[in-house]
Amino acid sequence: MLQFSFWDILSNLLIATQWTIVLSLIAFFCGGIVGLVLLFMRTSRIAPLEWFTKIYIEFFQGTPLLMQLFLFFFGIALFGVEVSPWMAATLALTFWTSAFLTEIWRGCVEAIPKGQWEASSSLALSYIEQMRYVILPQASRIAVAPTVGFSVQVIKGTALASIIGFVELTKAGTMLNNATFRPFLVYSLVALIYFCLCFPLSWWAKKIEGRLNVAR
Amino acid sequence: MSLVSIRDVRKSFGSNEVLKGVSLDIAKGDVVAIIGRSGSGKSTLLRCINGLETYQSGSIVADGIEVAGANTNLRELRRHVGMVFQQFNLFPHLTAAENVMLAPTVVNKVSKAEARATAAEVLAKVGLSEKMDAYPSELSGGQQQRVAIARSLAMRPKVLLCDEITSALDPELVNEVLRVVEQLAREGMTLILVTHEMRFARDVGTKLVFMHHGKVHEEGVPKEVFAAPRTPELQQFVGQVS
Repeated sequence: MLQFSFWDILSNLLIATQWTIVLSLIAFFCGGIVGLVLLFMRTSRIAPLEWFTKIYIEFFQGTPLLMQLFLFFFGIALFGVEVSPWMAATLALTFWTSAFLTEIWRGCVEAIPKGQWEASSSLALSYIEQMRYVILPQASRIAVAPTVGFSVQVIKGTALASIIGFVELTKAGTMLNNATFRPFLVYSLVALIYFCLCFPLSWWAKKIEGRLNVAR
Repeated sequence: MSLVSIRDVRKSFGSNEVLKGVSLDIAKGDVVAIIGRSGSGKSTLLRCINGLETYQSGSIVADGIEVAGANTNLRELRRHVGMVFQQFNLFPHLTAAENVMLAPTVVNKVSKAEARATAAEVLAKVGLSEKMDAYPSELSGGQQQRVAIARSLAMRPKVLLCDEITSALDPELVNEVLRVVEQLAREGMTLILVTHEMRFARDVGTKLVFMHHGKVHEEGVPKEVFAAPRTPELQQFVGQVS
């Protein structure tokens, strides 16, 4: 029988960690772009757009991420389209991330005093121009800390992609456990690697939060 | 032909009617001081003129543009109708010059260099040439308000609406702002001011409007109106504030 040394286990986990990182990055950046579009719709004061975003956000915040992964993985297949675990995980995590980011950012936009909207309105700026030149530059300063903080949730969320067969850190851990029968060692290492990914981010989020409090 | 024409304007917030049929004509070069108790509807009236508030009936025509609900070309209107606020509302992430340059570059598509030249000119006019690159947080209240005036002037407005622009200032800073407004009046700028500065209204205004319970209660030439208020409400108001 094939023997796994400690280093074999660790190196295999680290290789799989790359996919956790890649999936996190894609989910975060795609989710960020979709979230930004939704943010414009959500704060546009155009009723149909606001309603659409509200329902979208309620759906993705109000159902488990795992169900969303299943829906994308098995649901799209019903229409005869072959969906790889990779594609399903990317789509589900992107939409899930965007829903949360939109709500985080909406809070930041609403924290900007009404006078900023009125002054820029009075200068004949359109809604998009107000957002771009006046509101978002200020809101983004407040948004950095909670956004970085939320990225930790995205990284941990990618673990669920293991259930639909996407080989990332958690899935690799399960496979190595099946081969080695050393669950405590394997899952301890898995947890440690997640911690090493997440801790610097939450530490950084805390740090910038403190710095922004004294900023102009 | 009046520059701003307000006809029988009514506005309610819920069941509370704040404007109960206001009519007013403002000609080019007029300096209109609107006075009255808080809650008399004076700020609301001002905010209706540039579409920050909507109204239920009547009509407002400013610089040939009818200000009415969703169909109004607000962008065109606001290019010609400037507004200065009680709370300054400068953009805190931009320097004084950038605050002034924003609308000309974004709305009027003027080049950066040209906008900067305009900014230098209008900031000089309000006496802040040396503060072009200062951020709002580095300026006093009076200086911030003067930047806000310069920001409106950069769009070359035909009318400037001033909503209690000295009310948030420390007493010793009020005059530097009033001097700027007075200079604008002398240069022929059409101004509509909601103000509590009675002496300023009397000395600089060409027209005084006293609002009471959502209506124009009395109007006329400031010096005459102040010298001999016709209605008991204005007599009482003038007695209280002076």
